[in-house]
Amino acid sequence: MTKTTIEAPIPGTFYRAPSPEEPVFKNVGDAIAVGDTVGLIEVMKSFTPVVAEAAGTLVAFHVENEDAVMAGQPLYDLEA
Amino acid sequence: MAIGKIFVANRGEIAVRIVRAAQELGIATVQAVSAADETMLAARLADETAKVGPAHASKSYLNADALIAAALETGCDAVHPGYGFLSENAAFAAKVEAAGLIFIGPKPETIAKMGDKAEARREAQLAGVPTVPGSDGIVKDAAAAQAAAGAVGYPVMIKAAAGGGGRGIRIADDADQLASLVPQASAEAKAAFGDGGLYLERFVRRARHVEVQILGDGERAIHLYERECSLQRRRQKVWEEAPAACLTPGQREELCASAVKLAERVAYRGAGTLEYLFDEASGEFFFIEMNTRIQVEHPVTEMVTGVDLVAWMIRIAGGEKLSLSQADVALRGHAVEARINAEDPAADFRPHPGTASALEVPGGMGVRFDTMLYAGYQVPPFYDSLLGKLIAHAETREAAIARLARALGELTVEGLPTTAALHLALTRNDDVRRSAFHTGWLEEWLKGRPLADDRVEPGQARMDQTEAGKEGR
Repeated sequence: MTKTTIEAPIPGTFYRAPSPEEPVFKNVGDAIAVGDTVGLIEVMKSFTPVVAEAAGTLVAFHVENEDAVMAGQPLYDLEA
Repeated sequence: MAIGKIFVANRGEIAVRIVRAAQELGIATVQAVSAADETMLAARLADETAKVGPAHASKSYLNADALIAAALETGCDAVHPGYGFLSENAAFAAKVEAAGLIFIGPKPETIAKMGDKAEARREAQLAGVPTVPGSDGIVKDAAAAQAAAGAVGYPVMIKAAAGGGGRGIRIADDADQLASLVPQASAEAKAAFGDGGLYLERFVRRARHVEVQILGDGERAIHLYERECSLQRRRQKVWEEAPAACLTPGQREELCASAVKLAERVAYRGAGTLEYLFDEASGEFFFIEMNTRIQVEHPVTEMVTGVDLVAWMIRIAGGEKLSLSQADVALRGHAVEARINAEDPAADFRPHPGTASALEVPGGMGVRFDTMLYAGYQVPPFYDSLLGKLIAHAETREAAIARLARALGELTVEGLPTTAALHLALTRNDDVRRSAFHTGWLEEWLKGRPLADDRVEPGQARMDQTEAGKEGR
């Protein structure tokens, strides 16, 4: 098992769910496939999905919902 | 009860505008700052700053309790809400007053009344102000909507009673379409605003957006003439002017007088704007909604009337009566405002935060640049993309546009793309120069990808090279 840390591609506000009323995209322990949306990053009111480029199991989030993130900041850990 | 110290419960360029107005009135300022905004220009200019929470606006600039606590702790006696955020939130205004502070704006009851679009429309009708033919209040379901639409006439717009900023609006061309759109629109409004109430309005194709600036002291109100804001993208204003070139003098007087009637009917206090649709073909205007706050585009009105709107908001909130009479307000010349956003017009207006590594600000006669930028400022990614507003004022509309083009040529922002290139292209466009546009014009024009065009016309080569240099960074 190797652990990889996925970083924020752009700076902005990180969201774990498509809207406050909806369930989160992914929980810790979920299987992640290539192309899955793990979260959203809002940049000046425009939303960009954080799309998985590698498959594995999501083992940890480094940021909370609505946290400010900088480009390159660790977002989540994946085990494969 | 004169105000001694103002808490600025906003950020960006409007916070700068409020701090400046307060300074000129001899009033101290405390600037609210989120964790991402400690280095912003308004924080540098204000006498003090107060931390109000993390970067996310819901935890800082939208956190009423944190803002009021900070205002009290720093010894402020008044709160200016700016625009956006909590500026049109009646509960916030009421909380500010309950804390013993002055809310620089209308009474909470006025915000609540005029913020509910269905109720604002009813008030307008009672004041004798023409409104867009529409449903009588909220339509409760698809069948009620169809019944109401029969009298309104298609096409109809479906709007959220609690909505704003053009969100949640849908257009139905016939009864079948209406029946399928109503449930969706209601569910969306419920999710976005916590209120699923909808109402209908006739949709005027090729409408122009005109709006009247009002100042009131709670008893008497005056107008400061109108603005036109028809150049919009995704229902966001891009370029604004004062006065509206599409109106005849007779239409102007009638429009502005109607706005004063409505403002006086609701005993309006402070600065406010009544928005109208103008049907150029028929010459009819219809009231749509009222904004009970200062607006982004207020400077064009200030330029053509010479009246400092933000200073007047503060003076009225401090208990002064409006000393201006309607006869004191005269139009002089024409002003145009270009919104300079941190967006890349060559890449579908993708927002682009970053550091303004260098900045050259335009100057000269009749040029005003209201901005939050300074050289070296790191524009945070968490908020609106508006960096500033470049305003040009001259004796005629033609001269104002020429002056704006000249000023845009002097503006240099290094390190991030801006919408300056869009505005330069607009100043050269024949439809814009002839004022031959409507609220759908800009999006139609942008479909032709005019900003991806690299043709260089003779005589414009110098400016184009400057632009190409900017885009190349």
